[in-house]
Amino acid sequence: MTRSTPMAARRAWRAAAACVCTLGLALLAACAPSRDTRTTITFWAMGREGEVVAELLPEFERRHPDIRVRLQQLPWTAVHEKLLTAFAGDALPDVGQLGNSWVAEFAALDALEPLDARVAASSVVARDDYFPGIWDTNVIDGATLGVPWYVDTRLVFYRKDLLAEAGFDSPPRDWDEWRRAMAAVKQLGGAKNYAILLPLDEFGPLLSLAIQKDAPLLKDDDTRGNFSSADFRDSFDFYTGMFASEWAPRMSDTQISNVWNEFSRGFFAFYINGPWNIGEFQRRLPADFQDKWTTMPLPGPDGAGASVAGGTSLVVFRQSDKQDAAWKLIEYFAEPAVQLRFHELTGDLPPRRSVWSDPQLADDRHAAAFREQLERVKPTPKVAEWERIVIEMQRAAERVARGGADPAKTLAALDREVDAILEKRRWILEHRKEAAP
Amino acid sequence: MSPNRAAWLFVTPALAVIGVFFLLPVLAAFALSLTDFDLYALADRDNLRFVGLGNYLDLLRTPMFWQSLGNTFYFVLVGVPLSIAVSLAAALLLDSKLARFKGFFRTALFAPVVTTIVAVAVIWRYFFHTRYGLVNYTLDLVGIPPIDWLGSADWSMPTIILFAVWKNFGYNMIILLAGLQAIPHDLYEAARIDGASFWKQLRHITLPMLKPTMLLVAIITTSGYFQLFAEPYVMTRGGPLQSTTSVLYFMFEEGFKWWNLGRASAVAFLLFALILGVTALMLRLGRRGEQP
Amino acid sequence: MNPRLAKVLVNGLLIGFAIVSLAPLAWMLSVSFMPAGEASAFPPPLLPSSPTLANYTQLFERDGMGRYLANSAFIASAVTLLSLAFNLAAGYAFAKLRFKGRERLFKTLLGALVIPAQVAMIPLFLLMKSLGLVNSYGGIIVPAMAGIFGIFLVRQYARSIPDELLEAARIDGAGELRIFARIVLPLLKPIIVTLAIFTFLASWNDFMWPLIVLSDQTYQTLPVALASLSREHVMDNELMMAGSVVTITPVLLLFLVLQRYYIQGLLLGSVKG
Repeated sequence: MTRSTPMAARRAWRAAAACVCTLGLALLAACAPSRDTRTTITFWAMGREGEVVAELLPEFERRHPDIRVRLQQLPWTAVHEKLLTAFAGDALPDVGQLGNSWVAEFAALDALEPLDARVAASSVVARDDYFPGIWDTNVIDGATLGVPWYVDTRLVFYRKDLLAEAGFDSPPRDWDEWRRAMAAVKQLGGAKNYAILLPLDEFGPLLSLAIQKDAPLLKDDDTRGNFSSADFRDSFDFYTGMFASEWAPRMSDTQISNVWNEFSRGFFAFYINGPWNIGEFQRRLPADFQDKWTTMPLPGPDGAGASVAGGTSLVVFRQSDKQDAAWKLIEYFAEPAVQLRFHELTGDLPPRRSVWSDPQLADDRHAAAFREQLERVKPTPKVAEWERIVIEMQRAAERVARGGADPAKTLAALDREVDAILEKRRWILEHRKEAAP
Repeated sequence: MSPNRAAWLFVTPALAVIGVFFLLPVLAAFALSLTDFDLYALADRDNLRFVGLGNYLDLLRTPMFWQSLGNTFYFVLVGVPLSIAVSLAAALLLDSKLARFKGFFRTALFAPVVTTIVAVAVIWRYFFHTRYGLVNYTLDLVGIPPIDWLGSADWSMPTIILFAVWKNFGYNMIILLAGLQAIPHDLYEAARIDGASFWKQLRHITLPMLKPTMLLVAIITTSGYFQLFAEPYVMTRGGPLQSTTSVLYFMFEEGFKWWNLGRASAVAFLLFALILGVTALMLRLGRRGEQP
Repeated sequence: MNPRLAKVLVNGLLIGFAIVSLAPLAWMLSVSFMPAGEASAFPPPLLPSSPTLANYTQLFERDGMGRYLANSAFIASAVTLLSLAFNLAAGYAFAKLRFKGRERLFKTLLGALVIPAQVAMIPLFLLMKSLGLVNSYGGIIVPAMAGIFGIFLVRQYARSIPDELLEAARIDGAGELRIFARIVLPLLKPIIVTLAIFTFLASWNDFMWPLIVLSDQTYQTLPVALASLSREHVMDNELMMAGSVVTITPVLLLFLVLQRYYIQGLLLGSVKG
């Protein structure tokens, strides 16, 4: 052992050194500045859109030979984290896709470039053509900070055949009808199947139900939680009641191995989700299954209800020094023809009315419910802390639905937590008031 | 060049790196923990406030902090003894004169230690899948109904403990094996002549002789286990019902997800104080036993 | 107990241990060759019905695994080389050269060993930001250029170098640098290999800090990329297994080749205090 040591060591040492040198050289070569004179803009896009949008970029680069787009795809589950990290580390891109409920947050950080002048001067981005509720989510304190890219409002995918079997020929329009339908479907399906799928780690469904009520989710100029209100309690009870009645399985996203298969197997009959799933359901499920499902507007407490004004916007980040090129990319994506192509590729719904009049969308029966819902969307509170608040809201719901906690106490605790989260916001508002003459 | 100057030439580069990139940040972390440094302050320094011990007091009133503390203690109190027991068993087997192919077994048992935690956590996530995992399949063969390992708040932490033990026992096994090999053989010879059984030898010779090594192993493992992070990050994202959110995971979320850097620094310091306190206590208890 | 029975028992238990240790790794390898969707079945299949490299092709061609592999290799190599240089010099000086305040300084360093690295992370991020090193290789490499543990390891080993050897060289008129390069380094070779493999593995497997500092895919290391892929492709079992194979294999091979040095370092490092 002792004799072989120096030899083996020397050999290993040399091999390692050789490896490192080769690698280092290879990387240096890869990083060497290329002699490209075009303006390179960095564009961050998320999830499936990030994968698909790559197909639209060559056309843009053909039309603008002086601009090169470097596309970065971020996984949806980590986007928010990544964006904030990039902000904290001064590493934001030139242009990016931003969930429209995050616009307020990045506005508070002063990370977004106001676009009003550019919108006014643009021949492509026609403000009046956009759904007002959606456009409004991009306006913070009077400044337009983003241009809607696609819209996303939550509605219900459901199994027509199962509902008919349970004795309902038309979809439920309000909560009471919905409750009866779910009870009937559950009875039909037995112990192993459920009426509705509400993944316990997704805040979308509860938020959609909560926003249908009149009481705002935050009060006092959005500086305190309003989750103990009677209105929120109604939505909350409706939501958690679905678990208590065994209409919904107590499951998280990671526990459901394949949503589409489970839907076709009749594991659940209702599913609250976004428009991108129209395409997924069409593609992933067999042809003979296609007339067994469709979509319906989200039933409201009394009759057709509102839903969340969701979706994503394209924004120019303030510290970018290539804002002109970045704006050109946004204009390109706003063109009706490009929007239509994007819809074909992703199933995402366009935010412009003119695009909806194209037969491809106008004749889509699954999309019709979304079209109807889009005229009745409501924005979520525009505070920087919203993402965190809504996650705490969902955790509270999970504690009641899964852990059997007391709703009144849980919601009171939630309000306390939210008040603590908003403490800094209250201080800053005070501070500004004092600073103003 | 004088030896004194040469010495400084040798130590300065390393000390500078450690000083600037470790010790200085540690001090800065304490300063930061006395402020409410957050995203607002990152955007505009005017939004920074000095809050004294406010962050610390605040944390003590935050239910999530207590829960993460409870989860971490659960992990440490069950995980550390289990881990050491398994390591000791493996070391005793490897030390046994009856064992064959010792080199092979030593390598095989140690292999999980060098693997990348994220990669093996991905494997285990599927291994413990409720419906398609090999573990539930094996249980099914002996007639045990499937367990929702990572999906139920009762089983998630035990699953992570099992994973951590699998991943880490080889490390302590090597140290304990060295400790076992250092025990003089004539002690066992004498015991054997007296007709002492294996268990008697273990209790009266092996364990007492191994005590210093055990103490060391226990301290290293404890301080390591307090720093639980990657396992829940990959396997459960802290859930379900926050049952696998450790203190460090809580700090990561506060700091690098929500960017409440002041508060996160306070969490880091509380964790540090905790580790220091617990290991000091262990050292003290261990030493006291030495001089009866 | 019957000695033969005891022998069977001891070896049987060892085989059991080995199976538990290796089975997940073997299963990972097997699943990585399965076509998409095959592993999600009950009972879970142990071997691929028709082995395919499709998962690997997809990882490298679509998901940029080659880039992550190169990033990991580059970062781990750079950290290893640089930290070797810094730690060897310092460890040797603490062991063999006399200077004022040496013992006190070393005690301070040892004391700092109890501080968990995470305590420093938040200010370190801000420091890296002001140095412009966030989202770059430097963000990982620079803070890792020296380590207390490495210095400690070298010092433990270097203490066994006889003083007479160094004195003789000094009398012959050799300078300190020359002594270090010509006499000390060759004697330290075993610990150099040990420290190198230790550092390389630790850097390769590191997760939390790279996760924080590298948000840009261009610079991400394998563990960070794998974690993000596995969150996005929760349902793609087979693909993730292939990713795990790519991540684990290099370090496992390195360990198998140099395990003697690794274990030596582990034992040396654990006799502190």
